[in-house]
Order: sequence, then structure tokens, then C-alpha cells
Amino acid sequence: MSWLIAIVQTLLFVALAPLLAGWVKYCKCRLQNRKSPSLVQPYRDLIKLTHKQPVVAAQASWLFTISPYIIFSATVLAATIVPLIAVDLPTSASADVIVMVGFFAFARFFLALAGLDIGTAFGGMGSSREMTISSLAEPAMLMAIFTLTMTASTTNLSIAIDHVVQEGLVLRPSFVFALFALMLVAIAETGRVPVDNPATHLELTMIHEAMILEYSGRHLALIEWASQLKLMLYGVLIANIFFPWGIAESFTVPALAYGLFAISGKLAVLGLFLAISETLVAKMRLFRVQEYLGFAYLLGLLGMLSHIILEASR
Amino acid sequence: MILGFAYGAVLLSFASGLLALLMNQRFMLLELSRYWCKKFPDRSGHYRSLLENSLKERRYPHLLRQAVFLLLGLSGLFAAAAGLSVLVVDTVVTDQIAFGLPWLPWHVRFDGLSGFFFLIIGIAVSAVSLYGPGYVHAYDDSKHPFAVLGLFTGLFVCGMLLVLLADDAFFFMIAWELMSVASYFLVAFQHENPANRRAAFLYLLMAEVGALAIILAFGILASFADGFAFDALRNVTLSTHWASIAFVLALLGFGMKAGLAPVHVWLPEAHPVAPSHISALMSGVMLKVALYGLIRFCYDLLGELQWQWGVTLLIVGTISALGGILYAMMQVNLKRLLAYSSVENIGMIAMALGLSVIFKATGHPQLAALGLLAALFHAFNHALFKNLMFLGAGIIQHRTHELNIDMMGGLIRRMPHTSKLFLVGCMSISSLPLFNGFVSEWLAFQTALQVSVLDNGVLRSLIPVAAASMALTAALAAACFVKVFGMMFLGKSRSRHSDKAHEVKDKVMLAGPSLLAGLCFLIRIFPGLVISLINRVAGQLLGQTLPNDTALGWLWLAPVSTKQASYSPLLVLIAALIAGCISFWYLRRNPATVMRRAEPWDCGFGGLTPRMQYSCHAFAMPLRRIFAKAWIIDEQIDKDLQGALNQEVAAIRYQLQIQDHSWPRVYQPIAQGVGRMAEQIGRIQTGNIRVYLGYSFVTLLFMLWVIS
Repeated sequence: MSWLIAIVQTLLFVALAPLLAGWVKYCKCRLQNRKSPSLVQPYRDLIKLTHKQPVVAAQASWLFTISPYIIFSATVLAATIVPLIAVDLPTSASADVIVMVGFFAFARFFLALAGLDIGTAFGGMGSSREMTISSLAEPAMLMAIFTLTMTASTTNLSIAIDHVVQEGLVLRPSFVFALFALMLVAIAETGRVPVDNPATHLELTMIHEAMILEYSGRHLALIEWASQLKLMLYGVLIANIFFPWGIAESFTVPALAYGLFAISGKLAVLGLFLAISETLVAKMRLFRVQEYLGFAYLLGLLGMLSHIILEASR
Repeated sequence: MILGFAYGAVLLSFASGLLALLMNQRFMLLELSRYWCKKFPDRSGHYRSLLENSLKERRYPHLLRQAVFLLLGLSGLFAAAAGLSVLVVDTVVTDQIAFGLPWLPWHVRFDGLSGFFFLIIGIAVSAVSLYGPGYVHAYDDSKHPFAVLGLFTGLFVCGMLLVLLADDAFFFMIAWELMSVASYFLVAFQHENPANRRAAFLYLLMAEVGALAIILAFGILASFADGFAFDALRNVTLSTHWASIAFVLALLGFGMKAGLAPVHVWLPEAHPVAPSHISALMSGVMLKVALYGLIRFCYDLLGELQWQWGVTLLIVGTISALGGILYAMMQVNLKRLLAYSSVENIGMIAMALGLSVIFKATGHPQLAALGLLAALFHAFNHALFKNLMFLGAGIIQHRTHELNIDMMGGLIRRMPHTSKLFLVGCMSISSLPLFNGFVSEWLAFQTALQVSVLDNGVLRSLIPVAAASMALTAALAAACFVKVFGMMFLGKSRSRHSDKAHEVKDKVMLAGPSLLAGLCFLIRIFPGLVISLINRVAGQLLGQTLPNDTALGWLWLAPVSTKQASYSPLLVLIAALIAGCISFWYLRRNPATVMRRAEPWDCGFGGLTPRMQYSCHAFAMPLRRIFAKAWIIDEQIDKDLQGALNQEVAAIRYQLQIQDHSWPRVYQPIAQGVGRMAEQIGRIQTGNIRVYLGYSFVTLLFMLWVIS
């Protein structure tokens, strides 16, 4: 039963990710007084791309064509670890939160290699920038996550979230810091404004888009889907770690339905916040990103220290 | 039996060294065979033809080389068998050999810790001996004698094995010196190049200074004990001060060999100049032997551990790890880069050891066992993938005649097998999940996250910061090896040599790295196999093992308890394969969407050249700017201007020099200090015979006064 729930949950993850991307786009357009595309537009794009013939550069190696599958699989695997509508999943036990961060690194590794494979300047530029930003973001992210894992004294996400639910509503200073740190990291890692702009194709500012410039057809569809999935993953992480209430603790239909309803609501609010911040904030210069991520790291560190000084039991 | 394997390994490596000496003795052997045939004419018909055949001028060097490496490989197999059997049986074997000083026979002790490092050496040496014959073939035409290379390789392996067997300080130092001096000759193998001689001298100097520190550390222990045998040293109880001094000396001595910052400078000099299979042995194995020394000294001999030592190790390890990877990032010479990456990995191991020492000293032996496990497992993994990468680097140097990463490119199409093997190494070293490097890092993180059991507030805030810098190191390592793989194997070839490179024909030569890659593959899926072995080492050293190791079986990894953390690589791998296959199958089912090949996007200008690609320095440029303080950077851009107003740029020359901070900060002051002291002492050397006679007279008077 629990395995079934885990599989269903993963499928939900994969299926709902484009919807979240559509929702963010919808909010952003409305905030900017534009007419927005339909909420299901990302699905239409994905379907369109899978029906197109992929064009691959003449000198591309096998690594280039296999990378989208690896990137997509790694992101889906990360999704199996994160509790979406219910806690106490068997998949959370087979891999913990550090493994999840590792899967992101795995996907990124191949994305960067694929960027370098063709031998154009854009690909190299994107890979170089992506690896730089991610190597600064990863410690900040782990710092924020360590705060959670030390509070719950486990790195198993399912048990940790369960722990937070059981504790009830307690105001922890460490969690406030960690929340902000994780939000900043999420924006950097998912390539949103102010770190990267998913809508741009201007040479000098591209990061993620520069790496995937040579991809088309189903390959592009997989990569796009994976990045939508990643956005949703970060959203769910933030929602379920810091505001876990509503998540199903038992595998009954009403509880699960309530869990689905709760997470949809939370994600909708988070998406709205993301759209507002993207509307209000301008994109940063590349070499300001280090300060931004340094700040995120500092917040994570403060969270950790306040956990150790204020909250630890002794 | 177990000890027989171990002795067999030592003797075989020694024999392979001696056999190599026969390389230049073909004529003597010919004489000998003729003499032998004359003496026993009836029995030798078959042997004679065989012998004469093998002594032919063309076949002889080839056969001898095969034989030398065969012996070396057998030695590796014996070492691995000895290590495995002592770990499986979980026992301690002791022996005495009547060599050495009359009152101090050589004590031999073979326990779990030695056995584990025997296993590492065995695997590495076996892989190298498969790879070796093909590799040293290239030295045939040069004037470098194979005899020297073979002799010192044998002695080097022999020395390393003896270090692990030694159970008294005297024997330990003899073996240690054998290892150091033999490897000096290997580094100086291509000695016609002044840079190589300088690197070798630097290596020898640091090895000897390190050995002095180790001797002093043993001396402190021995001065309180009655004898040099480790058994006597174990029973000593030192005051905290003396123990701390001994620890610092040992850390300096073993750290110098292991390559901990800031005494790592010999590594990036010595590794690039040694032949590749030797650098593989030095980086993959010799550094581990130094770590073995440190672990043996701290855990076994010193006994009572202090948490301050753990903090020292943690800090030194953090500096090495971060510094190592940042410097690796900036290198263009592949083997230099790998050398710096070894500094990083040794730093990671030192961090895990530091955590273990802290937990041990504060009375949490189970967590100490976890830290030790992470350290030893990472040492094992590092031996595998660093060996793999050095062997790969050797193949590539062989094929492209280049070590400069910026001169390669596009090799994935020309050298498919090598590129796959190298990719496995890159992924392991970047600690990606599903690869073995990740498992040890995961264990280190799990150790660091148990910090809440400590009472000391400083430690509790220090360790998470160290864990975060471990994360930074891992992320930078991934960036670094994306750069390495991307520049070397992907894109378009940047030079004529790499454009004409082709795959190695010698299957046996590829078998060495393939063996290592296969082990990486196996261990990533079943890390429990190695961990259960290491658990016995922890049991012998700390008297404490991890309890849950067997409760869940080999499928799961749950070091503390299932409630706290677990990881099952096999399930994850299966899930990954399912997800990959479904997406692959779903998307490829439509025959209308077969891939089409076309030229890449060139902004409409046409003619992408290899020089338009990102280069090594360009790739690392954002990080160079962000961490600018970490290096001494000398960047120069020269423009050739011409034209009417001198404003047209005809050519641009870009130069970038990256220097290590430790040279001007640490080594140059020391060198200057030594020079100044020498000058002071030089003053008494007047060169005047009367003055010297006066010195003798005064000395004589002084001695007489002392005696009376």
C-alpha cells in the first residue's frame, strides 16, 4: 500500500509540475498587466516538442543524446524522495535528503557536460556559470537543510516532516532563518529572476538557456520538464518542511485528498510569491550572485547557530 | 597462512624489482644458458629452444617486461588476498623476523587496519601491473633504462607493504625510508629535464623532513617506554603535553607524506613528472600509507585521544580540502590537477578522521567508529578512482603527447573506451549519488550531523560549518571535473595531436583501468561489502563497531539507525533505470521523430572554430573572480596595436600565472632563514689553519674537562 502511494505521489509530481510553471507564468502576466497564456500551455508545449523531430548538432557525441534522459530520471528520482501528499513513505527510506541534493548535482553534472559537448561558446558559457552558481548554492542549501535535520535528528525527509507535524506550531528562530535561506537558494537553483531569467535568450545573461541552446524536440521537452519538476520540488520542500500541516499521516482516502488539496493551496501561494518577487526585482549582474548566495549561506549559518544556542535540548 | 600471503606479496614485489635488473644482462644470460646446455645436454632439448627463443634480441625485453609486471601483479593479488583474509577472519597475527639490530628483531603484526590497507595496495598494484607493460613500452626508444624503473617500482611496493607490517619503530622507519627513497628515484626517472630533478629533490627533502618528524614522534613515546616495539609504546601513558607534542610531530611527518596543506607542495611538483603508473601508485596508494601511519600512531599507539587534536585535524583537513580543490580548478596540466585533487581528498579524509577523534575523545565510541568508517571508506574509494584517473591520464598522454587540458578536446569520439572509463572516474570523484565517492561523503555528513550529542558549544557550531565546507568542496569538485571531462573529451579538438589521437589497441592496457572502474561500479551498488570489512577494523581499533550494520543486510546502509538515515543504492539504481527506460521508450516509439543531424547554431556568421570554445581558464573564470584571494594571480593581456590612430588590435596575448600562497608565505621565509643561519655559521669558517687548530685545541680542552 505504502509503495503504491509512493508511486502515485511521484506520478503526481511529474504530472503537476508543468501546471505549477503555468500558474507562475499566469500570475506573472497578470501582475504585469499582460494577457496570460492558458494554465495548460506548458503541457501543450511539451506535447508539441515530443512530436517534433529532434535536430542534433553534427559533432554531438552519445553523451549529448543520452543526457536528457539522465537529467529527467535523476530529477524524477529526487521527486520520489520528497513527501508530497503523505509522509511515512518507503521511498524516503531508500534515499535521504543528502541523496536528494546529490541527484540535483547528478542532473546538473550531465547538463553541464552536454553544454560543453557541441563546442560552441554558448554551451561553455552556460556550463561554467551554472557550475559556479550551483557550487555556491549547494553549501547554503545543505546549511538550511542541516538545521531541519538536526532539529528532527534524522536526514530522512519523511520522518523529519513527521517530526515537525508532531511538534505542532512552535516558533523556532532557526526555522525562520532556514526558510529564508532555502528560498534564496531555490530561486538560484531553479534559475529564476534575479539570478537567471528563464524567459531570456539574450546571450550575455543566459545561464540555463545557454546550456540547452542546441537541444530540440523530445530532448528539449525532457529538459524543460525536468526544470519544471525541479521548481516544483523546491516549492514542495519549502512548503512541506516549514508549513507541513495538512499532509496526510495515514493512508486513507480523505486524508490523502486533504493532503493533495493542502499542497495545491500551498504551492499556489508560493507561486504567487515567486511571481510577485520576479515582478518587483530586476535581474542581477552575474558577479553579484556570489553576494546573494553568500547571504543565503549566512542565513543558513545563523539558523544553525540559533538552533545550537537557543533550541538544542541541553 | 595469512602471514604467508603477506610475506609472499613482499617477496614477489622484491623479486619483480630484482628481475628488472636482468634487463641489461641479456648476454650474460645467453652465456649462462649455453653453459647450462653443455653441462646437462640430455635434459635440455625442450627448454633450450624455449630459452634461446626468449633470449632473442627482439623478444627478450618484451618478455622480461611481461615477467616483471607479472610478478608485480602476483604480488598485488597476494597482498589483496592477505588483506581480505585477515579482515574476514577478523584476527591479529604477530611474528618476529631475525633481521635488524641484534637486540631488536623485526616485529611483524598483521591486523585489520594493516589488512585493509593491504587490500588497497593489492588492488592498485594489480591494476597497475595490467596497465604497465603497455605503458612502459613507450620508454623503449628513449634512453631511460627499464631496469631502473622496474627495480625501484618493486622496491617501492615492497617498502609500502613492509610499512604496513611493521610492529616496531625501528622496522617501521626502515620500511618508510625504503618507500620514500625508492619513490624518489621513480620521480627522478626522466632526469634529463631540470624541472624533474628539482621536483624530485623537493620531494626527497620533504620526505626526509617528514621522516625526521616521525622519528621524533616515536622518540617521545620510546623515551617513556622500555623499547621500540609497538607493544611497549602502546603501554606508555604520557602526560597530555607530551602526547600533544607527539601528535603534532606525527601530524607534521605523516601529513607531509599524505599531502595535507600547507605541507602539500611536493605533490603538484612530483606527480606530473613521474611516469603515470607511478603517479597512480604514489597518489592512490602511498598517500594512503601515510594516512595509515597517522591512524596507527593516533589510535593505536597514543591511546588516550584529546578532542583538541580532532579539531586540529578537522581544521587542517578543511583547509586542505578547500585549498586543494580551488587550486585544482586553476590547473591546466592534467596530472598537476589530479595531484591537487588528491590534496582535496586527503583533506576530506582528515576531516572525517578529525570528527572521529573528537567523538572518541568525548566518549562516543560508536560515532567515532562511524567517522573512522567514513575516513577509511573514502581512502578506499580515492585509491580506486584516483588510480583510474592517473592511468587514464597516462593513456591520454600516450596518445596525444599532451598533458595540457587546453590542447585536447573531442576525444570522446576518438577514444570511446578511455572516455567511458574516465567518465566513471570523474563521476566518482565528484561524489555523485550512485557512485562510490558519494557513499563515503554521505557517511561523513552523517557523522557531522550527530554533533548534537556533544556538550561543548564551540564544537557544536564548528562541526556544522566544517560540514558545509565539505559540501562546498564537493560542489567545487563537481565543477572541476566537469571542466576536466568537458575540455578533454567533449567539444572540438583544440590541437593537431588530439585530432589525430586514436584508441589504445592494447586490450590488456585498458584492462587495468577497467578493473578499477568495475570495482567503482560494484562498490557503488554494494557499499555494505566494504563497510562490513571496515567495521572490523573499527572493532579492533576502537573496540566498538556499528550495531545496525548487519541488522538491515547488505541492501541498505543505515549507519546510526534506520530512524535517522538510510540509503539503499540498489533500490535507487533500479528506480533510476525504470525512470530512464520509461522515458526512453515513451519518446522513441514514434518513427517519425528520428534524430536529424545538422550544423550547430553559429549566430548566422558561419565557421565555428575550435578556438571559439570555452577554454580551461575561461571555464574557471567566474570562480577565479569570486575566490580571487585564494591564489596569487598574475594575469597579463598584451595587445598589439596598429593602424592609423594605433587603435586596431592586431593580436592579443593572454597570460595567466597562478601561484600557491604557501610558497611566499611558508617556504620562502624558511629557505631564507636557513640561508641566514648558514651565513652566521659560515663566519667561524675563516679558512685559516691556525684558527682551525685553535678550535681543535679548545675542543680538546673542553672534552678533557668533561671527562674529568
